[in-house]
Amino acid sequence: MPDLSGLWPPIRLTLELASVTTIALLIIGTPIAWWLARSKARWKEAVAAVVALPLVLPPTVLGFYLLVAMGPDGPGGWLAGLWGERSLAFTFEGLVIGSVFYSMPFVVQPIRNAFEAFGDRPLEVAATLHASPWDAFWSVAVPLARPGFLTGAVLGFAHTVGEFGVVLMIGGNIPGETKVLSVAIYDFVETLRWTEAHILAGGMLIFAFVVILSMMLIEKRLGKPQP
Amino acid sequence: MTDDADVIDAAFAGRIGGFDLNVDFQAPLSGVTALFGASGCGKTTILRCIAGLHRMPGRLSVGGRAWQDDVAGTFRPAHKRRVGYVFQEPSLFPHLTVRGNLTYGAKRAPRDGNGMPPVDFDQVVDLLGIRGLLDRAPVKLSGGERQRVAVGRALLSEPRLLLMDEPLSALDRSTKEEILSYFEALHQELKIPILYVSHDIAEVTRLADRMVVLSRGGKVADGPVGEVLERLDLQPMTGRFEAGVMLTATVAGQDRDFSLTRLDHHGQTLTIPAIDAPDGTTLRLRVRARDVSLAIQPPTGISIRNVLAGEVVEIREEPDTAFAETLIDIGGGRLRARVTRQAVAELELAPGRPVYALIKSITFDRRSLG
Repeated sequence: MPDLSGLWPPIRLTLELASVTTIALLIIGTPIAWWLARSKARWKEAVAAVVALPLVLPPTVLGFYLLVAMGPDGPGGWLAGLWGERSLAFTFEGLVIGSVFYSMPFVVQPIRNAFEAFGDRPLEVAATLHASPWDAFWSVAVPLARPGFLTGAVLGFAHTVGEFGVVLMIGGNIPGETKVLSVAIYDFVETLRWTEAHILAGGMLIFAFVVILSMMLIEKRLGKPQP
Repeated sequence: MTDDADVIDAAFAGRIGGFDLNVDFQAPLSGVTALFGASGCGKTTILRCIAGLHRMPGRLSVGGRAWQDDVAGTFRPAHKRRVGYVFQEPSLFPHLTVRGNLTYGAKRAPRDGNGMPPVDFDQVVDLLGIRGLLDRAPVKLSGGERQRVAVGRALLSEPRLLLMDEPLSALDRSTKEEILSYFEALHQELKIPILYVSHDIAEVTRLADRMVVLSRGGKVADGPVGEVLERLDLQPMTGRFEAGVMLTATVAGQDRDFSLTRLDHHGQTLTIPAIDAPDGTTLRLRVRARDVSLAIQPPTGISIRNVLAGEVVEIREEPDTAFAETLIDIGGGRLRARVTRQAVAELELAPGRPVYALIKSITFDRRSLG
């Protein structure tokens, strides 16, 4: 019987990374999605293209640039210097930053689509009913875009869980610090520990299926209006 | 219209789509004022400017308060203007129930009052007949029900002024009829001033007290509906088919055997298909110019029930067509009649000539009564 105690740390780390990244993406991605949906600026599609870059860029390319940026000579190194570290690379914080860039399009795009789908009218109605723009955003735009937020959060979370190339470039393979699930599976296969690899890979398969199924079921129920 | 505190004073100028808008009008902060004109004449833009949803150079004050004054740099944002807005499509919030929609504006209404008695939730709900719908989702309502909820939602936000942008145009004819009667009830009970955008002269005649006629981004006339409708020179705007006047008459009696109602109009009698209203009720009748014929002697042996003695006031012949528009004074009111130019010549019609105006009773359908 192989020792299974080594399986838990990468799972816990992966869940932590995906959760923190998803929350960060909702906070950062929502204003970006709002601006992309509502702005009339002509260059906004250029910004949208930058956000979408990770969709086509090889993860190693993104990881390479992030590694340079997070190194001692990049802005990441300067940031890390604030709490006495030399570099953001090979740290959990570095992984979060990398994941935010990497999963950004999966969060921004569905939220932007949801904001665009309902058009200007509900916000105009809210304004004529004395709701300030801030109030209308929370009381009308967010509830109407709820399916978009759900899709964005789930895709952002799942995509971060499945991240491999970027993690390998900027995080390496430090157990308990940067060794996430996908890297652990790779490791197990490399060292011919097939049982552990099977357990983790099978677990991921079930996880992915459950996530997508529950997302579809919840989306169906979101249409119910509130009093 | 002398005291600033009781008027809407609006002037906007700018370019929209393919033409220049340039209007300047005053309307009393009471009753219903219609902004009337063909589609694309700029009326919706004006309404959006008044609500603050669209910004165009100009000035706007409502009840003595400046909402927009480009000289002083004032522009009050939409959510700080005390207006209720009813859009062409009901635009209910789909994520809220009917009750949630109704209270959305009420919760956010400024607490300082608007110089009018507060609008009561139960009163509005009952007036609009939407009590049974309160816990339903907007998607489960019919078109007419949705528009009634939209009107209620606007009213409950305690507006100083209600703006309505063709609220009936997306509805079928019988629903329109139903909603119109709710509007009339509201108008009677709540006394809230309404600016009503419409391209339907029948609707305007039935609901409005005053009208501003717009054409291609400019104002061509404004005044009480009755007076504006009598102006023959506005025909291109008011439309040939629907052109007509408004008469005010009182119910004088019923003829149950023949299902007719007699009305008194300044001493002359009008007979219309029976309507259920007690004697003395004042009615507005819309009479289209194309439904009125003229005779120079009182006709005999004729099926037409309404023969009104009058006198020609004005004749406007339309060159290169068969027709002429005439304006007939019938003592206390005026009728328009659309007749052929040949008839004008043969009957020697001219201002001052006594005539008899003939109107078939069938002309007064329920749609023309208010």
